[in-house]
Amino acid sequence: MNAIEISNIAKKYKGFSLGPLSLTLPAGCILGLIGENGAGKTTTIKALLGMNHPDSGEIRLLGQPLSADLRNETGVVLDEVGLPENLRIPQIEKIMKYSFRNWKSDVFAEYIKKFNLPENKRFRTFSKGMKMKLGLAIALSHDAKLLILDEPTAGLDPLVREELLDILNEFTRDEGHAVLISSHIVSDLEKVCDYIAFLHKGQLMLCEEKDRLLEQYGFLQTTAENLDALEPAAIRGKRVTQYGAEALVDRKLVPQTFDIRPVTIEELFVYMAKEG
Amino acid sequence: MNLFIDNKSGAPIYDQIYSQIKALIISGALSENDPLPSIRSLAKDLRISVVTTKRAYDELEREGFLYTVPAKGCFVAPKNTELLREEHLKQIENHLLEIRQLAAACGMSKQDIIQMLDLLDT
Repeated sequence: MNAIEISNIAKKYKGFSLGPLSLTLPAGCILGLIGENGAGKTTTIKALLGMNHPDSGEIRLLGQPLSADLRNETGVVLDEVGLPENLRIPQIEKIMKYSFRNWKSDVFAEYIKKFNLPENKRFRTFSKGMKMKLGLAIALSHDAKLLILDEPTAGLDPLVREELLDILNEFTRDEGHAVLISSHIVSDLEKVCDYIAFLHKGQLMLCEEKDRLLEQYGFLQTTAENLDALEPAAIRGKRVTQYGAEALVDRKLVPQTFDIRPVTIEELFVYMAKEG
Repeated sequence: MNLFIDNKSGAPIYDQIYSQIKALIISGALSENDPLPSIRSLAKDLRISVVTTKRAYDELEREGFLYTVPAKGCFVAPKNTELLREEHLKQIENHLLEIRQLAAACGMSKQDIIQMLDLLDT
């Protein structure tokens, strides 16, 4: 089963258009959505959540068309966790109990303890990290099968980010679970994702298995002349200075005599986006 | 069972898993009919991609190093001496290729290499 199936969605705003875009996330996997500011990550995620309506195309989550009922099966954390400012955790829990069909108070209590969240402080006094953790605790406490996280790691310290990645890793131990996570901290995504999707200026540049991308592409440092001699199709992005040239290359199309070093997802994105 | 994944080596992750498990089977550290960890738990424990782990297992299965029992999991296949020999021959061949490259870089002929081998034996 596919956790997410987006086929050909398109959405036009004044000055920005998204898609047409198609994307599939198999169950049991984590998909990382990468893109610059304004690339369309949040627009895509909002379309998945039914928060905006694409002009065309179709979306299915967990095999079903979008419906209000899907809310129970999706856990969502957006970059701003919006909860009533004056409430404390026990009151927030009460609201959630009535909001979700399968609310699990014991699971929630466990996460609150694990994340060291204070029960007696008002939500507005929470730090950014605490707010995100509370959002995540809620998303994980109602038996969701699909987690959708928009920039959850922005503004968090490395320890908390690592903790979050561990939780996602554990969450997908169940093969019926899946995660869609967007971030521009690409190194975080590189650590946990099975699939990577690049969004650039509203277009999907690619969606591939992460390890295949890392195998296919490499980073080449050589002279500008050498670079010119290569097949143009081999070069997916380059930077030439008077001291030499660096290029993102397709390993298969470059003679083996060149010394090609492994590339990171971040370099891959930066070079491809510059070229596109 | 020990498995070490190096993200920076540049060797494909699936290849690292594939060759390490294969080495464990060939060396006898894993013996016949030993259960292997499930794809999902191995991937999650090593914090690597599930798809990649599956690719490594598929490759091992195709080469006859493990077999799958539906709903039970993966197990080490009975040792096939023919397969082992084949495997060792392949390794020798790879080493020889390396030798040939190094020798070319030093300007050594095939004759020189054979002579060197003879010298080592005495």
